[in-house]
Amino acid sequence: MKALTLAAGTLLATTVAAHAQSEILTVYAPDYFVSEWGPGPKIEELFEARCDCDLQFKPGDLLPRILLEGERTEADVVIGLNTDVTKRARESGLFAPHGADMSALTLPIDWQDAVFLPFNYSHTAFIYDTTRVSDAPDSFAALVEAPDDLRLVIQDPRSSISGLALALWVQAVYGDGAAEAWAKLAPKIVTVTRGWSEAYGLFTDGEADMVLSFTTSPAYHIIAEGDDTKRAAIFPEGHYFMVELAATLATTDQPDLAADFMAFILSPDFQGMIATGNWSIPAALPTADWPDGFKALDLPETVLFFSEDEAAALRDTAIEAWRQGLTQ
Amino acid sequence: MLALLLVGPLLAVLQRADGFGALGPADWSALRFTVLQAALSAALSCALAVPVARALARRRFPGRGLLVAALGAPFILPVIVAVLGLIALFGQAGLLNAVLASVGGPRIDIYGLQGILLAHVFFNLPLAVRILLHGWQDIPAERFRLAASLGLSDWARFKVLEAPLILRLLPGAFVVIFVICLTSFAVALTLGGGPRATTLELAIYQAMRFDFDLARAASLGIVQLGLGILAGALALWLAPASGFGAGRLDVLPRWDGQSPMARASDTVWLGLAAAFLLAPLALIIGKSLPGLALLGPDTWRAAGHSMTIAVVSTALCLVWSLALSTRRGALWSLGTIAISPLVLGTGLFLLLRPYVNPFDAALPVTAVVNALMALPFALRIVVPAAESARADYGRLAASLCLTPLAWLRWVLLPRLKRPLGFAAGLTAALAMGDLGVIALFADPDRATLPLQVYRLMGSYQMEAAGGAALLLLVLSLGLFVACDRWGQANAAP
Repeated sequence: MKALTLAAGTLLATTVAAHAQSEILTVYAPDYFVSEWGPGPKIEELFEARCDCDLQFKPGDLLPRILLEGERTEADVVIGLNTDVTKRARESGLFAPHGADMSALTLPIDWQDAVFLPFNYSHTAFIYDTTRVSDAPDSFAALVEAPDDLRLVIQDPRSSISGLALALWVQAVYGDGAAEAWAKLAPKIVTVTRGWSEAYGLFTDGEADMVLSFTTSPAYHIIAEGDDTKRAAIFPEGHYFMVELAATLATTDQPDLAADFMAFILSPDFQGMIATGNWSIPAALPTADWPDGFKALDLPETVLFFSEDEAAALRDTAIEAWRQGLTQ
Repeated sequence: MLALLLVGPLLAVLQRADGFGALGPADWSALRFTVLQAALSAALSCALAVPVARALARRRFPGRGLLVAALGAPFILPVIVAVLGLIALFGQAGLLNAVLASVGGPRIDIYGLQGILLAHVFFNLPLAVRILLHGWQDIPAERFRLAASLGLSDWARFKVLEAPLILRLLPGAFVVIFVICLTSFAVALTLGGGPRATTLELAIYQAMRFDFDLARAASLGIVQLGLGILAGALALWLAPASGFGAGRLDVLPRWDGQSPMARASDTVWLGLAAAFLLAPLALIIGKSLPGLALLGPDTWRAAGHSMTIAVVSTALCLVWSLALSTRRGALWSLGTIAISPLVLGTGLFLLLRPYVNPFDAALPVTAVVNALMALPFALRIVVPAAESARADYGRLAASLCLTPLAWLRWVLLPRLKRPLGFAAGLTAALAMGDLGVIALFADPDRATLPLQVYRLMGSYQMEAAGGAALLLLVLSLGLFVACDRWGQANAAP
């Protein structure tokens, strides 16, 4: 009973503390952002130090929630969107141009979007453990033709962003032969998980030899765990580009704060922190300024990317190829 | 009120979506697969539950109470934890394959329909066993005594005493498990091995979160709800309403099942069930222990929120289940587990949004939804006992002109104490573990423990996530055992 009273007390205390300051910037973010291990707390600390305001994260669903709320949303800014939702988001008319100067961007592709501002990026990649896999496939073709005892875990393109990126990746590499490539991959795929977390958990538990993740995943193991046995298999066919974006809501009641926040996203403060904060490559930081663990990463020479219109046109085809190839 | 809580959100989604969306061929194949796996899972769980419950009912051995409590654990495990536990035992790199490989045996593959069934039986066998076990314990001991003094053979005793009991309880258990498995999503996906194992709930998820197609999501949600209610109606129609008459409630020694054969088979069944249900649990605990040291203040706070939700949900659910403790009530309540949590969450969000800030409503909404989701289980447990009490003592009470309050105090509650305790434990544990509707109502400072597990996993903190999951397991099980104990203590009036 004491524990309960305590819990109820903590609950009250947190509610009261939230009403202390006046100027509030409400930021919708993905759920993992706000844990003590995510980038949220650092972003909040850095931005509040320069804005004299209260940045409040509201974690959870991003676009589904904003579309449900429509113009009455209380979000001023949303951070953590992916390119697979930008078309839908843009067409909703709920977002406004960010107005930030994008000349500092160091992305491997040209980016001229007036609404969606990149803050970090990565590429899809299959990650393996060098202690378990000695001769990892050195091309996508080699992966497809690999013996069937190579065990892969991937994510479902219908419920996971990285799963969808993989479907588009296969589509980009194989085009009309995508379903055939999937059929060859099928016996190697141990299982398809709902999201990235489950798949990566299975991989670290030793259930699979390779997991669909990001080229930046090994950086976490190098920097946080001093472990350099996790590597990304780099394929000359290219890797699908994954970028995370921020945007301002057209209905914001804090347009100036929101604009400050968008400028802050590309500032050296933010960019210097996001590599180890979100385990991704900063969108506007020269390679020389990256943390050492990131400089050590294997990165692809060729980057594949569909514009949002191309991706929208190909999405159903890519998912259908995946479904067909895996159910044959 | 219950109907309002169910239909309201669905209507809200429909209204927002401007009507129904058409279902594609992939949706229909998802529907077929969903029904197939749910029916198989329920049938397997029920079939296996009969010998296990029978063995538990007629054996007395040291540690029996503990075993009964521990066997309940899988049902209340958070899905992700249970799946990882099953994989640790049956997976490619699991214990079983390691043992098989060392003796040169074949490799087993958990991924596929067999994996889904394995997981569903793992979750639901304990539920079926407990429902049957309570039934067995409700057969007044005098009946077994009478059977023994009449010299009934094993078969005759089974036919007269046990078969009617099984017929009365099993259809209900089957339907509850069928309906639970209808909404299976993460299990089916992770262990299903690919798109062949697509369930309706995944189709709803895709429609809602990925395609933003509310109309299709609503159609799928209604199909799923309809299936659940249909199954409930079928069970109501199948199950004969019979009782064993009044008798004493205390436990007397049993005279039946003392032959060496019966002893041996009971031992084997109990051993197998214990190994199947408890080994994955033990593996999870072993693997997650180091993670406990990594838990930060965030996680402890989340644990506090989850405990609060569990207590509020339990209180709410018990009041509801007393009010609805008839067979008809049990049927309608099935709708609450058949409705997709995603549709429910979205509907509530749309309904509440004009009046309150959804972020402030996160904890109350979660508590109410969790109470709703647990209600069918609570009713399934409480209703048979309540019906028996009405059938056995209703006329006496009427002739004595008992006031409703006196009826509750002197007749109903004492007879319901055991099932009520069990139901309370189940509700509390389910409310701890449920992720349900929180995605739209999340608040950074008011995360629940399951959400925290996902947050940690999303930030590469797999070990800390394991620790948090273990904490969740310990708290859920603790609440469950505490309530169940309360129900079993002095169950007689």
